[in-house]
Amino acid sequence: MATVTLENLHKSYGKVAVIHGVDIDIKDGEFIVIVGPSGCGKSTLLRMVAGLEGVSDGEVRIDGKRVNEKEPMDRDIAMVFQNYALYPHMSVAQNMGYGLKIAKTPKAEIDTRVAEAARLLQLEPYLDRRPRELSGGQRQRVAMGRAIVRRPSVFLFDEPLSNLDAKLRVQMRLEIKQLQRELGVTALYVTHDQVEAMTLADRMIVMNAGVAEQIGAPLEVYANPRTAFVAGFIGSPPTNFMAAPDGGQIGVRPEHVSVVAPDAGNVTGRVQYTEPLGAETLVHVILENGETATVRQDGTVPIPAEKQDVGLAWDKAVEMRFGSDGVRVDAR
Amino acid sequence: MAIDKHTGMVEKRGAGLWLTHLGLIIGVLFIFFPIWLAFVASTVQQADIVRPPMPLLPGGHFLENYGKALTSGINAPVATMLFNSAVMALGISLGKIVISLLSAFAIVYFRFPGRTLFFWLIFLTLMLPVEVRIVPTYEVAANFGMLNSYSGLIFPLIASATATFLFRQFFMTVPDELAEAARVDGARPMRFFFDILLPMSRTNIAALFVILFIYGWNQYLWPLLITTDPSMNTIVMGIKQMFPSGDDLADWPVIMATSILAMIPPVAVVIGMQKLFIRGLVDSEK
Repeated sequence: MATVTLENLHKSYGKVAVIHGVDIDIKDGEFIVIVGPSGCGKSTLLRMVAGLEGVSDGEVRIDGKRVNEKEPMDRDIAMVFQNYALYPHMSVAQNMGYGLKIAKTPKAEIDTRVAEAARLLQLEPYLDRRPRELSGGQRQRVAMGRAIVRRPSVFLFDEPLSNLDAKLRVQMRLEIKQLQRELGVTALYVTHDQVEAMTLADRMIVMNAGVAEQIGAPLEVYANPRTAFVAGFIGSPPTNFMAAPDGGQIGVRPEHVSVVAPDAGNVTGRVQYTEPLGAETLVHVILENGETATVRQDGTVPIPAEKQDVGLAWDKAVEMRFGSDGVRVDAR
Repeated sequence: MAIDKHTGMVEKRGAGLWLTHLGLIIGVLFIFFPIWLAFVASTVQQADIVRPPMPLLPGGHFLENYGKALTSGINAPVATMLFNSAVMALGISLGKIVISLLSAFAIVYFRFPGRTLFFWLIFLTLMLPVEVRIVPTYEVAANFGMLNSYSGLIFPLIASATATFLFRQFFMTVPDELAEAARVDGARPMRFFFDILLPMSRTNIAALFVILFIYGWNQYLWPLLITTDPSMNTIVMGIKQMFPSGDDLADWPVIMATSILAMIPPVAVVIGMQKLFIRGLVDSEK
């Protein structure tokens, strides 16, 4: 159990800067998700906390102590990797106990802790198997077990679910959240999947091109994106952007827009195609000025015909206004 | 009806199977015949060999000839030469494996100045077989006083660019995340090497051991140069040394017995290690 502080964290490879100063104070037991498109530096940030990447400038503190110069093993962290990184020649039990074995923990205690973790993760029948004899979900659990048995203060997850199929991902997502609550451990979790970010995070860091664009609780970020990037990245389908007269942009969430008669809306356009998903329908519209917009309407609302001229209406109060630099200008 | 059809198919397949086997058997006989002749020659007396036609069935002097070869031989007892060869082949193959594993580990997992340079230097030596550098190597070995010694037989042949390259390629296929996971688990580099990398390279090491053992066992030119004392001869060169010079009479049964004895250890290594190969292949299959 520990706090984690990142202070003005920078990373550059030679002259190429990849992280441009990230600051965050993570509370004890908090679940932080780092989310962003690929190449935004989110994994690098996590690896800097883990100690697998050096820190170019700034400071990483775990429980108030500077750890910049410490090896990963001395940071009291555990990490779950994207491809699990299980030792192929070791059994599940050996995989989980390897860290303890290195730390010269007594054999009896290793066995107890491994058994405990196996029970928690429903891995008991598989303890003697090799990783290749397990399914993807089971391997994922072993990787988590390996992290759990070490009883670290901080859990680091690097896209742990991206190699699983969609159904398993939803299940494991819940299990991770439950586990983290049960153990009360601080967690940093990297993902490019905004659904994972929204569901898991106590707070999330939305990264773009090495910059933390916004840090906040998921719903707060969703409701009040600080930049156009965040508004576009968080939410599916993404926010509709329309050019504003002042050179900036107006953003409106698809669920805030409704299809109305051509003369009754704020803008007019033509329905390009529709995607009925059952519970809801996505209506894609080409506006008069060539921009596209998406409307997310309830499944019970009549679906407009394709090629039909329609108006799009929304309450001016839900509009988000961004300056030409992409930063939110209307005060919230 | 179904059964008839079934047996018909088996018969058809059976014919192909027999043909394949026939081809293989002929091939085996072709290869095996000279070895058989050598074996026959090692069990008869000198007189039987020189008198045509040459016998095709083993004679009754097996123990006598082999006993003579092993204990007294012609220049040196074959038992001594077998031991010398074993020391040399084992020394070379184990030494090469240890050195290549360590140097490949250094080249793949550590960033140090001149890393690429060292790799290419090692790689470059691939182009220089023993025969090319034999004179300077001899000079160096002689100056170190390594003539007629096991170290002289082993050390000049102990570094292997091929093996280093092979392990380097294998290490590069090991995911980086594995090394990182070990680092997070608290494994220092050598611990990672012994606990993770070495067990994972097991099948590669076994394969390489077979190849290198045979390479070491079959060395001819180098032992010929470096050893002058018959008691330091290796068996492969020793056979040649047994050939008569001038008007001496060749003791063919003993020479043939030596040849057969020289063949046994490499064959034993291949057969013994084959099991490990197959287990390794089956293991990594899943």
